[in-house]
Amino acid sequence: MDIRLENVSHSYDNFEVMRDISLEIPHGRIVCIVGPSGCGKSTLLRFIGGLERPKQGRVLQVGTPPADCLNPLTYIFQDFALLPWRSVAGNISLVLEDHGIKGAAAKEIIDDVLARTKLTDFAKALPKQLSGGMKQRVAIARALAVNPAVMLMDEPLSALDSQTRELLMDDLVSLWTRTPFTAVYVTHNLAEAVRLGHSIVVLSRRPGQIREIVHLDTPLAERQFGDPELDRQQRHLWQLMRDEARAADAELLDV
Amino acid sequence: MSDTTMPHTPTEARAEARTVSFRGGGFAPQRKRWVGGVVFVLLIAIAEWGTRSGWISALTLPKPSDVLETLIELHQSGLLYKHLSPSLSRLVVGAALGASLGVGVGVLIGLFSYIRAGLVPLVAAIFPIPKIALLPLFVIWFGIDEGSKYALIAFGTFTPTVVATYGAVDNVDRSLIRMGQSFGLSWLSIVRKIVLPGAMPGILSGLRISLAIAIILLVAAEMLGAEYGIGAYILEAGALYDLERLFAGVLILSVLGVVLSTVIGLIERHLLDWRS
Ligand SMILES: Nc1ncnc2c1ncn2[C@@H]1O[C@H](COP(=O)(O)OP(=O)(O)OP(=O)(O)O)[C@@H](O)[C@H]1O
Ligand SMILES: [Mg+2]
Repeated sequence: MDIRLENVSHSYDNFEVMRDISLEIPHGRIVCIVGPSGCGKSTLLRFIGGLERPKQGRVLQVGTPPADCLNPLTYIFQDFALLPWRSVAGNISLVLEDHGIKGAAAKEIIDDVLARTKLTDFAKALPKQLSGGMKQRVAIARALAVNPAVMLMDEPLSALDSQTRELLMDDLVSLWTRTPFTAVYVTHNLAEAVRLGHSIVVLSRRPGQIREIVHLDTPLAERQFGDPELDRQQRHLWQLMRDEARAADAELLDV
Repeated sequence: MSDTTMPHTPTEARAEARTVSFRGGGFAPQRKRWVGGVVFVLLIAIAEWGTRSGWISALTLPKPSDVLETLIELHQSGLLYKHLSPSLSRLVVGAALGASLGVGVGVLIGLFSYIRAGLVPLVAAIFPIPKIALLPLFVIWFGIDEGSKYALIAFGTFTPTVVATYGAVDNVDRSLIRMGQSFGLSWLSIVRKIVLPGAMPGILSGLRISLAIAIILLVAAEMLGAEYGIGAYILEAGALYDLERLFAGVLILSVLGVVLSTVIGLIERHLLDWRS
């Protein structure tokens, strides 16, 4: 299943947030969205996931999601959004219960996703007992449990320290390499973008417009820390963003 | 001392060294089981000693040992249970009615804008009314027997429970609700599995207050027309200036309050062990 955005524009009251965004998110690819603060990245992601409606333009699903897909458009949130009163396994079973998956069938799925995110030993732990990186792995496991057609990630690693971020990026890469998934990945961090993105969409400052789409051809698994080609791309992205970011920053100060 | 004013010289190393004073303590309540008991025992011991040695006159305070004797008598004659059982059943029925209605209405106010707009002013108008003032009205509506007592206690527990509950529902983390929606959970699942557990801490601490109010109203209701009940017993003792019996009655109420608060504490620890 692909996602297509056609001329999406939006404003809150008279406050224009984004203008005329058209974008294709092809099956099995990770599309990163970068842009200065307040340019509408999170809003765009909410449109894609159906949590909010754009004023103009449309968001289309092209093709049907696979039959075993319980929740085609699935989020991974920056703040993890785990229920603190449920254990790790309970948090995953939460999203299965509504689909009538209980008991042995649920256990099978939970065991599988916990194994894939290396959390098997923590099934019974409560979120408060976990580190930030583990909480985000639980959130990733929960997302995997519903077999999403598209994963929508809003700065999923921003709340984590840089070492944990590196580790989790490795985890995401190995998850993708084993079974490629489709994802829209919003981030501030250009290193994350060049590490995980098959294409990187650079948005201008508010009102957000597409400035450029950078395609990276190096396979995800071969992208190493400190790869010169990636560094070059990252510098290029930074060139694109620097002026926008500076202007956006000054704008925010004006308010 | 003059050498300490010269920075970056080796003499500084020889300056006086002190441990950094600790100032990070406090503001972290811990469980201290025995302190509460010690305070009780101490107060009672002082009262006993004072009344025995005479610097507290018998008209000011009864002797704690006499109060205890009265209680034992009450127990042996079986009168204690004759008073206690109707009181307890009034408390249980009234408080259960009021609290469950209160939680229900509070959740509805928390979830639906129209219900909120309609009921919040009403609740605010009802809250400050001393419910005891309405007892005659309840007697007319629900009869002089148990009905009016249930109604008074239920009404008194209802309003604080409503206010605590909708406040608790308002405070449920919106990002968790967003998460539920993004996974396509049904409305009922979101309420049952996200809103209610998230509001539970606030609801339970509201319940603590509501139940204390329920005991107060129980006594008030029983003072105004009941043959048996702790309230009736206290009223009778008070009318006769029988301080031992008065205090015995008050003691029973206090114990009731402590028991209820302990029960809620147990429920809290069982249901809310996910909080650190
Ligand atoms: N519900 C809303 N009502 C009014 N304004 C909003 C609303 N949501 C977002 N905005 C505004 O729209 C703009 C874009 O917000 P959005 O959160 O999408 O930006 P972002 O690119 O995700 O920013 P950041 O990088 O800081 O996460 C911001 O200026 C924000 O203040
Ligand atoms: Mg954002």
